[in-house]
Amino acid sequence: MIPAEFEYYRPKDMAGVLSLLEEHGDDARVMAGGHSLIPMMKLRMADVPHLIDLQDVGGLSNIEINSDSIHIGALVTQSDIVEHAGLADVAPILREAALQIADPQVRYMGTIGGNVANGDPGNDMPGLMQCLDAVFTVAGADGERQIPARDFYEAAYMTAREDDEVLTSVTIAHPQGGYAYEKQKRKIGDYATAAAAVQITKEGGTCVSASIAMTNLSDTPVYSEAAGAALVGTSLNDAALSAAIAAMWGDIDPTEDNRGPIAFKNHVAGVILRRALERAWSRA
Amino acid sequence: MSKKMHIKLNVNGKDEEFLAEPRELLIHTLRERLNITGPHIGCETSHCGACTVSINGKSVKSCTMFAAQANGAQITTIEGIGGTDNLHPLQEAFKEHHGLQCGFCTSGMITRATKLLEEIPNPTEEEIRFGMAGNICRCTGYQNIVKSIQAAAAEMNAAKEAAE
Repeated sequence: MIPAEFEYYRPKDMAGVLSLLEEHGDDARVMAGGHSLIPMMKLRMADVPHLIDLQDVGGLSNIEINSDSIHIGALVTQSDIVEHAGLADVAPILREAALQIADPQVRYMGTIGGNVANGDPGNDMPGLMQCLDAVFTVAGADGERQIPARDFYEAAYMTAREDDEVLTSVTIAHPQGGYAYEKQKRKIGDYATAAAAVQITKEGGTCVSASIAMTNLSDTPVYSEAAGAALVGTSLNDAALSAAIAAMWGDIDPTEDNRGPIAFKNHVAGVILRRALERAWSRA
Repeated sequence: MSKKMHIKLNVNGKDEEFLAEPRELLIHTLRERLNITGPHIGCETSHCGACTVSINGKSVKSCTMFAAQANGAQITTIEGIGGTDNLHPLQEAFKEHHGLQCGFCTSGMITRATKLLEEIPNPTEEEIRFGMAGNICRCTGYQNIVKSIQAAAAEMNAAKEAAE
């Protein structure tokens, strides 16, 4: 499997990347680890006449933990997230989710920027970022702009990022309370049949806030505000869990594919969300 | 035709320089251009791990990287880990504990396992299964691969202690 011909560029800075994007427009794509794009190029499902490799662009590989926020550069790999000394203390859900992505070889190459920017509904980080209310920074010819993760995804592979913009970083507030990223997959390396990201806070046995997002159950990640709202003020008893799951079902829109029919996906989504909520609650 | 690129790699300690089209995948560079045929082409879809090599100290599936991306990198393949006259403890252990049957996945398995043992010198069975999850074997059922890696870890740790 050999891709179609292309020109390869490895600019040293973002200005170089942006000028190539301006010059070649739709014919150019940026690439970080390449583990989503290269397989598509090999299958000739992606046609990329001008490939811009970001690996030499400086300033995109840092994880900064500030007093109230976490800043992750687009070229930070899943493996970097797993190995980082301080990150799991302030945002353990990132490590829990990263460890469920693909396999060790792919985690060394796959980046957070590629995972969130690609717009593949099967990717895990987009749902997680919606759960955490992350903000993405994109750079373009007119400078930088910020886009909330919850407003970023429009349809499969369609996002609020323009073709001549590059996603450069992800910023999140320090997550509060208990957390869980729960994923059902058929085998290592597969996308989720269903996955749930949960952050939940409690005070004296009562839920104060709950943020819930689901992966691969629609053509975008699904932040379910209604599912979170169904839990606030409850003790996460069985009735509350069932109400949250019913609310989540109202927000997802799974399609039938080789991971199963719609009824099965709804069922798995319910099971996975229940497990995620129970685990997050036990950690809150 | 797209312009050929001047690419420099260091493979198993040896400097290599050549001109290649940007679309040349690293596995093809290694096997066809450099005659380094230890890394195998299995699935070609980044699932099976038979093409695993170390690039700047990371395990990478060389079917999913262009040689151009690796320009300037240090690469280690199974050939750089050990040979017939100087088997690496992992190679010795795979032989001793029947960690292979047909052998097709073995070069990728051992290349990946060298990195796993750098990260976790004394791994549990669970850590081995998780750390080797990117390499598929269709013969052994994995039991003897786990045993081989555990045996090699014990051997390497004992040798390290003896040296200290």
